[in-house]
Amino acid sequence: MAYEFDFQSVLAYAPMFLQGAWTTLILTFWATLAGFVLGTLCAVARTGGPRWLRLLVGGYVEVIRNTPLLIQAYFLIFGLASIGARMPIMLGVVIAMVVNIGSYTTEVMRAGIESIKRGQIEAAECLGLSRAQIFLHVVLRPAMERVYPSLVSLYVLLMLGSSVLSAVGVEELFGVSNRVQSVTYRNFEVFIVLGVIYLAMTLVLRGVFWALGQLIFPRRRRLGTAL
Amino acid sequence: MSALVKFVDMHKSFGDLEILKGVTFSVERGEVVAIIGQSGSGKSTALRCMDRLETIQGGELWVCGHALHRDDVDLKALRRDVGIVFQSYNLFPHLTAEQNVALAPRLVASKSHAEASDIAQAVLSKVGLAEKRAAYPEQLSGGQQQRVAIARSLAMQPKLMLFDEVTSALDPKLTGEVLRVMERLAADGMTMILVTHEMQFARNVADRVVYMRDGRIHEMGGPEILIKPQTPELADFITHEQ
Repeated sequence: MAYEFDFQSVLAYAPMFLQGAWTTLILTFWATLAGFVLGTLCAVARTGGPRWLRLLVGGYVEVIRNTPLLIQAYFLIFGLASIGARMPIMLGVVIAMVVNIGSYTTEVMRAGIESIKRGQIEAAECLGLSRAQIFLHVVLRPAMERVYPSLVSLYVLLMLGSSVLSAVGVEELFGVSNRVQSVTYRNFEVFIVLGVIYLAMTLVLRGVFWALGQLIFPRRRRLGTAL
Repeated sequence: MSALVKFVDMHKSFGDLEILKGVTFSVERGEVVAIIGQSGSGKSTALRCMDRLETIQGGELWVCGHALHRDDVDLKALRRDVGIVFQSYNLFPHLTAEQNVALAPRLVASKSHAEASDIAQAVLSKVGLAEKRAAYPEQLSGGQQQRVAIARSLAMQPKLMLFDEVTSALDPKLTGEVLRVMERLAADGMTMILVTHEMQFARNVADRVVYMRDGRIHEMGGPEILIKPQTPELADFITHEQ
């Protein structure tokens, strides 16, 4: 039996696909930015904070890393609503993504921070740098450079994984394509188009991270070697 | 008080293990003092105490007028007065030689980028590495890295320089280029305390030699004690070092 491909009827919805792809990118952008900041702060707290803070951050990381993103989004958007704390779906989705990716970022950045040798910090102390200066100028950039490939993988996976969030009703790429499917009944074509768009977005995202890496790691740009 | 460094019956332990068991000596301004001794004799620990990388448990320790045995010591002021160079260089790998040197002037002494860069160029020339200012540490030999580390300390114009076995990781040729920089510093009148295994260098450059053994000063005197030791232990040590 021959399957007759009909991309025409699917591509008629191109503006919807683009709108969905844009939403996915926006969600990923904010989640990555805020998640990186949150994760880095938590990594600092987990490596150098007082005991109670280390335990608190440890608890956060373990709870979030060991439960699915979709459940976290349900909890925030529908769970809290049933006790009266309502929030817009987009906001709930972004918060869920930030909290989720923040926990993974914490562990990756912690590995980076712990890779910095004690002697580096002693040398900086002996030059008279304050603790904050040592972190910003001596620890953060080499730590980040060492774990950068892992960070990039995290954020690319986050973008791909955000497709599950269509289940809470957010109109990102996968959610939009479900609607196109239900109107056109061209499931196979929709999946193919969807795959191509995700692939393209991933390549663009990796390109952006590569360029960003070139910008913030001049040593790597010049020598091309791993730190 | 003209002594720049003064140990008075100083004790240091790690837990139950006593490393320094009552050390008393002082270093005058402009003096070059070499501390020698077997591994585990406490010589590196004594040096690290002088920059408060270790806290002491008993006695007194004065460095550039700062009382390191007190809890209220102003660490920032101490570290502007004291420079230290380590065996493993500890250059910051993500910064060029010039950025390594300019970091503290910029952040600690609040110099502008341009001023800090000028300072960096000046001290890098002093250690003979003006042309390597744009190189990253991994592009430099061990000897060059150690000279950048010396320049990095000099950039803050310390009153006292501490050297912790700075040539132990280097082969003889590279050791020579680092020692020549240190010789020049000594000739310029810098007060220097160095923990070293370079007997030849101690003999030529040091005004005073301190032989440490088992957490105490076992013998101390002018460089001639390296030729005519007064105690059999030092004589034995010198024989084995050569």
